[in-house]
Amino acid sequence: MTPDIVIVGGGLVGCSAALHLARAGRRPLLLEVGRIGAAASGVNFGGVRVQGRALFELPLALRSRAIWDNLVDIVGTDCEYRRSGHLRLAKTPADLDAVAAYAEKVRPAGLDLEVIDGAEIRRRHPAFNATLAGATWSAGDGQANPRLAGPAFARAARAAGAEIRDNAKVVAIEPVAAGFAVATADGQRVTVPQVINSAGAWAPDLAASLGDAAPGRAIYPNMVVTEPLPPLISCSLGTYGNGVYLRQVERGNVVFGMGRGRLAAPDRAVPSAETSLAAMAEAAWLLPRLAHAHVIRTWTGIEGELADGQPVIGPSPRHQGLFHAFGLSGHGFQLAPAIGAVLAELATAGSSPTPLDGFSITRFTAG
Amino acid sequence: MTAVIIVGAGPAGMAAALTLVEAGLRPIVVDEAQRAGGQIFRRPPPGFTRPPAALYGADAAAATRLHLAFDALGDRIDYRPQTLVWAVEPDAVHLQGPQGRVRLDRGPLLLATGATDRLLPVDGWTKPGVFSLGGSQVALKAQGVAIGRRVAFCGTGPLLYLVAYQYAKAGAEVAAVLDTSAFGDGIRALPLLAADPAKLARGIYYLGWLRAHGVPVHHGVRPLTVHGESVTGLTWRDAGRRLNETRCDALALGFGLRSETQLADLAGVPFRFDPIRRQYLPDIDQDGRAPAGAVYLAGDGAAVRGAAAAETAGRLAALALAADLGRPVDTAARDALRGRMARFERFARGLDAAFPFPVDLLDTATDDTLLCRCEAVTVGTMRHAVGELGAEDVNRAKAFVRPGMGRCQGRMCGLATSELHARLRGLPPDQAGRLRGQAPVKPVPLA
Repeated sequence: MTPDIVIVGGGLVGCSAALHLARAGRRPLLLEVGRIGAAASGVNFGGVRVQGRALFELPLALRSRAIWDNLVDIVGTDCEYRRSGHLRLAKTPADLDAVAAYAEKVRPAGLDLEVIDGAEIRRRHPAFNATLAGATWSAGDGQANPRLAGPAFARAARAAGAEIRDNAKVVAIEPVAAGFAVATADGQRVTVPQVINSAGAWAPDLAASLGDAAPGRAIYPNMVVTEPLPPLISCSLGTYGNGVYLRQVERGNVVFGMGRGRLAAPDRAVPSAETSLAAMAEAAWLLPRLAHAHVIRTWTGIEGELADGQPVIGPSPRHQGLFHAFGLSGHGFQLAPAIGAVLAELATAGSSPTPLDGFSITRFTAG
Repeated sequence: MTAVIIVGAGPAGMAAALTLVEAGLRPIVVDEAQRAGGQIFRRPPPGFTRPPAALYGADAAAATRLHLAFDALGDRIDYRPQTLVWAVEPDAVHLQGPQGRVRLDRGPLLLATGATDRLLPVDGWTKPGVFSLGGSQVALKAQGVAIGRRVAFCGTGPLLYLVAYQYAKAGAEVAAVLDTSAFGDGIRALPLLAADPAKLARGIYYLGWLRAHGVPVHHGVRPLTVHGESVTGLTWRDAGRRLNETRCDALALGFGLRSETQLADLAGVPFRFDPIRRQYLPDIDQDGRAPAGAVYLAGDGAAVRGAAAAETAGRLAALALAADLGRPVDTAARDALRGRMARFERFARGLDAAFPFPVDLLDTATDDTLLCRCEAVTVGTMRHAVGELGAEDVNRAKAFVRPGMGRCQGRMCGLATSELHARLRGLPPDQAGRLRGQAPVKPVPLA
């Protein structure tokens, strides 16, 4: 079967795009340099969180929430997704003012958050540090197992007719009259009218090679997990500012992240012991009962982040038929299912019902 | 200069410390145990009174000599017992011990991290009363206790006969020695085993002693099911495929040893697959030197060859390290050590031939046999991960269904998981890849 669109990058975004394109009757070919869903998509925190996102992200994020809520119908398995709710903790009164103001701001956009004060936190969560100033509670947010999500979308996409190749490194994309000539490291070459660039931390370089510049960098979020513990907390949580984010999976392990790992070799990141120790101290401050737990593993991965901290999603201003979706660190896991749907709409209908203002790559070049 | 750090105080680590002190260095020696000795030369806690001859048998003289020499080093080394190295980074080594958490600047590293039992899942192997073979020896050596009153020993490797002999000598009833290797395997390995006639003679002595004392010894055995809530017996097939049952109240299971290699992994040492030992091992030169990063490996943590080889390798690696630091080295002594290592390697290959790993047990394991006990992953779940989910390698299987993701981080179940993965795909064991190491190499307290 001759493909009519190439997707570069088999993370959750690329796999979701492949699924939605195949179901729309297209013939996508997905090329993944390593294993499907094994980079940032597979090693991230696993938070499926809408609260905290910028106002312009909310339509996309709420659309994605609807996909997460119906995952079994869409990909045939739940990827351990639980609509557990998410708490955004405020350590100080000033932080509480900030998260409460955010709750006011996003209410008209359809994101319902409950502002709770310190006394209410202590009533609902007696295990937390008693000095917290408050939090906002997002009942519709959740968490899932990132290691399962990308491969699950890929299996569903294959079943729908998508061709998915792993260990397939794209070495060049050349604009030609018929669209784009895509060359892979094994010497194969395919020409297609459309290309989706969902290559994660490697996507900015690919975009730049085609003249679309977006200043970004790779980052390595540092993650820690404890041994299985008795139930301690059922929701996912984060801290306003740059504090710890944490959840307990159903098996009982507490997973948390804060700070960065480091690059050990090109394309290989490793966790940092100093960062892990700082995150462990912060987690023990937040949940004093964790002090008696053991940490069994730390890890990191390579994620892409753009200069303004927001992703790029949408068409190339320079090449008809080229679409970008990257810079998704801190955004991608929750957004990816809907990004795939939106990319399929852009590639097939030329537009999406979901507003994408604010995601355009032109924000880095205009003016 | 940043101090040399030796990790592990078994025969390799102790010998390395002695050699480095002779070369005028003052290494830091970090060891998890309360007292230096490692596993084979493990010392009981203070106050225990079993004599060396009872603890170490034929190795008593060698063990005592090393213990005394190491103890005599005093403050010529910076010795840190009861301390875990939980992370190695490009510029630091992180410890957890009686002083709490300590960060050391990373100087040259000499890793002598030893080995643990190599396990294979057998139906019921996680029941109370089942111990690893090495664990059952530790119970006897360190605490002076047997794992049961009537103990069966099953698996393969020289330890099988040694521990059964030690148990019998200590007064336990040995219900049976059930060796998965065929009698002919041992005969065919004789030319290689002749590289160490004394050890070969000792192995034959243990076998003869057990038989002479009425202990049933069977070859070509395949263990099937461990019975009882707590162990009451083991069903097994003999070489003629007949079903047998051995009644016992404890079972020691072990299928050889595996090298502990996580710290080498964290230190950035490259690995290569050793088809004889069926494990990815640090890729080092004949003296134990890694290609980069001032890392040296010695003893069973580099490749399993036993205590005497570990002591030799510890000296050799320490000489390499000293030479790399510009210290004068006695090259004649080094060459003699290299010659001994070649003989140890020949003997080790003989042992591997005499006691082949019974990997076919994985083919006949029932779906509900536990593979990874930390995460309660069964053999059937692993078959599903490879068959239906398409897990391409062992790390993918871990990502999909969690073998190796629990407290032991695959140190216990990892090799069996790799072997099973490869067999399910009809490929040689190296094709499963190897579980990536991550800090902490063992659990550390959160606060």
